[in-house]
Amino acid sequence: MLLIHCPYCEATLPELEFTYAGEAHIARPADPSTMSDEQWRDFLFIRTNARGPHFERWRHAHGCGRFFNAVRDTVSDKFLLTYKAGEPKPESLPE
Amino acid sequence: MKVQAMAHFSAFSLLRNALTGHKHWPAQWPDALPKAEYDVIIVGAGGHGLAAAYYLAKEHGITNVAVIEKGWLGGGNTGRNTTIVRSNYLYDESARLYDHAIDLWDGLSQDLNYNVMFSQRGVMMLAHTVHDVQSFQRHIHSNRLNGVDNTWVTPQQAKEICPPLNISTDARYPVLGAAWQQRAGTARHDAVAWGYARAAAARGVDIVQNCPVTAIRRGPDGAVEGVETAKGFIKAKKVAVSAAGHTSVIMETAGVRLPLESFPLQALVSEPVKPIFPCVVMSNTVHAYISQSDKGELVIGSGTDQYTSYSQRGGLPLIEHTVAAICEMFPVFRRMRMLRKWGGIVDVTPDRSAILGKTPVQGLYVNCGWGTGGFKVTPGAGHTLAHTIARDDPHPINAPFTLERFTTGRLIDEAAAAAVAH
Repeated sequence: MLLIHCPYCEATLPELEFTYAGEAHIARPADPSTMSDEQWRDFLFIRTNARGPHFERWRHAHGCGRFFNAVRDTVSDKFLLTYKAGEPKPESLPE
Repeated sequence: MKVQAMAHFSAFSLLRNALTGHKHWPAQWPDALPKAEYDVIIVGAGGHGLAAAYYLAKEHGITNVAVIEKGWLGGGNTGRNTTIVRSNYLYDESARLYDHAIDLWDGLSQDLNYNVMFSQRGVMMLAHTVHDVQSFQRHIHSNRLNGVDNTWVTPQQAKEICPPLNISTDARYPVLGAAWQQRAGTARHDAVAWGYARAAAARGVDIVQNCPVTAIRRGPDGAVEGVETAKGFIKAKKVAVSAAGHTSVIMETAGVRLPLESFPLQALVSEPVKPIFPCVVMSNTVHAYISQSDKGELVIGSGTDQYTSYSQRGGLPLIEHTVAAICEMFPVFRRMRMLRKWGGIVDVTPDRSAILGKTPVQGLYVNCGWGTGGFKVTPGAGHTLAHTIARDDPHPINAPFTLERFTTGRLIDEAAAAAVAH
């Protein structure tokens, strides 16, 4: 069972309370009509699929209901960091 | 490496070896060290990669081939799946591809001279809601138009086919009917990898184990030059990556980004019991599937975990959910003891269909994106991948499964790609 820290509730809770919501920091294009097919493909379909630290979104569905961001090592499934939605992508990660 | 004579399996060879105490069976394939150069390198010695090597040698006369594996042969998803073979997919492109695989499964044991224990015991997909009924009947009609075996059965008929099934109307999700594919079934997963490995090695293919490929090297003109491995650089003008959940990691080293996400897919087996379960039963709605292996274990599969991961474990809550579903459908199994559980890393595409063909890089081919259902297509994927590599042009059957479809929008949006909802 993963234990996930909700940055809004400031509590570490079992994964059953949370739903995964895909890769984080993917911004919707500011000017969609000028995008090429290749740029649309990258936005819609291409993901980092990182083997190691992965920036991702979670939602505290059975709690406060809010989306937040997390950094999780996809090899060990250990959460390195969680932070509120809208905060910038962290420059450095804890060990 | 010298090509070894392969011991032919027959009733006579079995009898002769039985009389000498089974002490003189030769090794079934040599464990090769890599040569400096090959015509074709295949990354990943799972069923798909080994099958591609076998068909390259058998049908295209290309025998200077290496299959390079980071772990042991068949130790990834080939050895971790729930061994189900079926072809009841919705779209024309999928129907052709998966039925092509079943055509090859049909004669595979004879072709390989290796018993892959292909058993056409039938696959039943249960409908629990009005939506299921409509969706499955649409699949059945589509399948029949494509010449793919699939029929509708009532709850009573389902119970006759599979006596342990609970069809009572007061179940949380009552059985309203089922789609039944008699031509589908199971095969022995390890034997598929071993059979292909043995038959490919007998035709001169090198199988290199414990040798992770760390990068794909490209030349100044952009074309593939070979692969960097833990045992040094190996030259090849053609490289095919067939590495399931790790495909995107390897392809990234060649500068090719793929629309893949890797998820754990979990399964578990019970202790072996006497024959009780005659077919395969799957349920999208309650999210589980089950069959009984020839050894007697109940083989139970679940859906993917919700988060991407390379851990080959997956979370326990999902297993709990799956086992609850099995107990609901088959109350007779409530006191079965489970032996072990594991996870495999499956590579999932946005449209749930595979990517099998050429890439923007000259000499680089990819076979990936099979998601939760790659085992069933092992012979078909290997066969069409071999054709694509040998001719540098896809076979008509795998031609629609391009990487370009994610740019053009011509997706193969296959909701049936997994037995269970994603």
